[in-house]
Amino acid sequence: MEISREILIGMYSKMLLLRRFDEKVVELYRSGMKGLYHLTAGGEAVAVGVCSALSQDDYILSTHRGKGHYLAKGGDLQAILAEFMEKQTGCNRGKGGPMHIIDPSVGMLGANGIVGSSLPIACGAALSAKLRRSGQVAAAFFGDGAANSGVWHECMNLAGIWKLPVIFVCENNFYQESVPVSRHSSIQDLYARAAGYNIPGYGIDGMDVSAVYEAAVEAVQRAKRGDGATMLECKTYRFHGHSEADPTKGLRYRSGEELAAWLEKCPLKQAKARLLERGWIADAELEAIDQRCTQGIEEAVNFAKSSPDVPAEWALKDVFTDDQGEICHEGC
Amino acid sequence: MREITYREAVREAMREEMRRDSAVFQLGEDIGVFGGSYKVTLGLVDEFGTERILDTPLAEAGIAGAAVGSALVGMRPVAEIMYIDFSTLASDMIINTAAKMRFMSGGTIKLPIVIRTQEGGGVSAGPQHSQCLEMMFAHVPGLIVVLPATPYDAKGLLKSAIREDNPVIFIEHKGMYASKGPVPEEEYLIPLGKADMKREGKDITVVALSRSVLFAMEAAERLAREGIEIEIIDPMTIKPLDRECIIQSVKKTGRLLIVHEACKMYGFGAEVAALVADEAIDYLDAPIKRIGALDVPIPFGMRLENFVLPNAGDIVEAARQLMA
Repeated sequence: MEISREILIGMYSKMLLLRRFDEKVVELYRSGMKGLYHLTAGGEAVAVGVCSALSQDDYILSTHRGKGHYLAKGGDLQAILAEFMEKQTGCNRGKGGPMHIIDPSVGMLGANGIVGSSLPIACGAALSAKLRRSGQVAAAFFGDGAANSGVWHECMNLAGIWKLPVIFVCENNFYQESVPVSRHSSIQDLYARAAGYNIPGYGIDGMDVSAVYEAAVEAVQRAKRGDGATMLECKTYRFHGHSEADPTKGLRYRSGEELAAWLEKCPLKQAKARLLERGWIADAELEAIDQRCTQGIEEAVNFAKSSPDVPAEWALKDVFTDDQGEICHEGC
Repeated sequence: MREITYREAVREAMREEMRRDSAVFQLGEDIGVFGGSYKVTLGLVDEFGTERILDTPLAEAGIAGAAVGSALVGMRPVAEIMYIDFSTLASDMIINTAAKMRFMSGGTIKLPIVIRTQEGGGVSAGPQHSQCLEMMFAHVPGLIVVLPATPYDAKGLLKSAIREDNPVIFIEHKGMYASKGPVPEEEYLIPLGKADMKREGKDITVVALSRSVLFAMEAAERLAREGIEIEIIDPMTIKPLDRECIIQSVKKTGRLLIVHEACKMYGFGAEVAALVADEAIDYLDAPIKRIGALDVPIPFGMRLENFVLPNAGDIVEAARQLMA
């Protein structure tokens, strides 16, 4: 498949947005923003490559490391930053925080803090799409660590027997948190497990956005044809620690040389080099893309900061839909 | 009025709701041609087909997760967990996701899910197929927990549960599937969150759950012959709880006995006792009494099981003590 200039520039721009967003989050976190922040940096090609192959009304399910997935799916910069800052204008109205971004308006059915949870929910969304014959696809992002949970295997089997329109996107960044895949998994190529469930599985260079995109387009087509699930194992790396609570960038359990080698494979660097090499973009345009990203983020930060705080009483809202909620709070 | 079994009442509720709303579908282990372990879904696959009566692998986390995901985008799943004992395998999805998702989303999503399951002893099923685990779910904010005791209640409550936009844990009792009771032909609904007074009496308020309601009814007949009139309150929904109904009854009778099959320790009875202690202690003429299973796993053999589980005789005995 030949990827067009327009698509590659679009994906590069999205990846840069995710990177600049991460940088802003680090800055805000270091100056006191609360919450647990698991950043995307290093994994941009997976988020952007997959989401670029999906339509607006397709679904994604995500992980604790879900901010990039949300933005790649067309999520709202202002709403996510407002969410981080516990504001009424947040995408979850300030009640979910950084690990639980939900925004059905762009098909983001939820980042989930329980490792492995994206798969069963994606299977359910795909089952619904199948029962409704809507032609929609659900993509579940998860890490290498999730592939060892019981629910992962349950869901691979469900998708296999029911031919669900689902894409299982494994972001294998080689560490479940600190334990390397060589010590936490019985095999190193996790996609090989898909064969056991009669699901096609592919190992993809997760640092190459074009490779991810091409594989995802094929998986979407397979799902829409009614031929069921695909597993894409995207080998990638996280440039930060597991979360920003680890300021060492994970160097307690991985080497500086290893990190440096992966930084060389940076997905943004690769995409930019390809654009330049093909003469598809000029320096001025690259600069303009960067400025647009930075400016959009600055505006979103200002929007978030000036938004109204969530009042404490909101803790009592949304446990149930309104009517039931009233009964409950009176009754419990 | 015609009489049907508890099992038939549950099945009728599901059949009517599936006819009424094409978004309703069922998934669970062996619920198709086999009709489920307790034959509750028997025959439904003939009418609704294998897509809407979906046999699943033995994968409770997958079942609960598929219920969550499909409910998020347009369906109204009714997921059967064969035994409540197996709900522990689904509990991550129920407790960590289904119960919290609407709250975490700031109210932007709804989750119309029914988890149907059955609990309880009395059939020599042993420690892993006889537990009563309703309080495990009742303790988690975000779940509605329903335990019907009669065919009439089972049908009306399940129809409401299927129309409910929040996750409902609907807990049947395996020992009651064959029990019969009057159920009208015409459609009716019973609202969730409202208790039912199963018998009026002036002497003792007996709050009973699930099959214990039947024991309480039996005990009431025996006690009436001794001149003791118990008032039986069946909360039906334990979360949210119809507190007012219980309080009003205790204010009238001045005595409270709570009966359930789950272990007494840390059970529903403790919650009701605390509620009455908080809000109506001045009305009490006797200490609050609770009856529940002994704090041991449910044994397999009938002799031991009968020793561990509460029965009508225990209620009669406790009532006599309260009146002494």
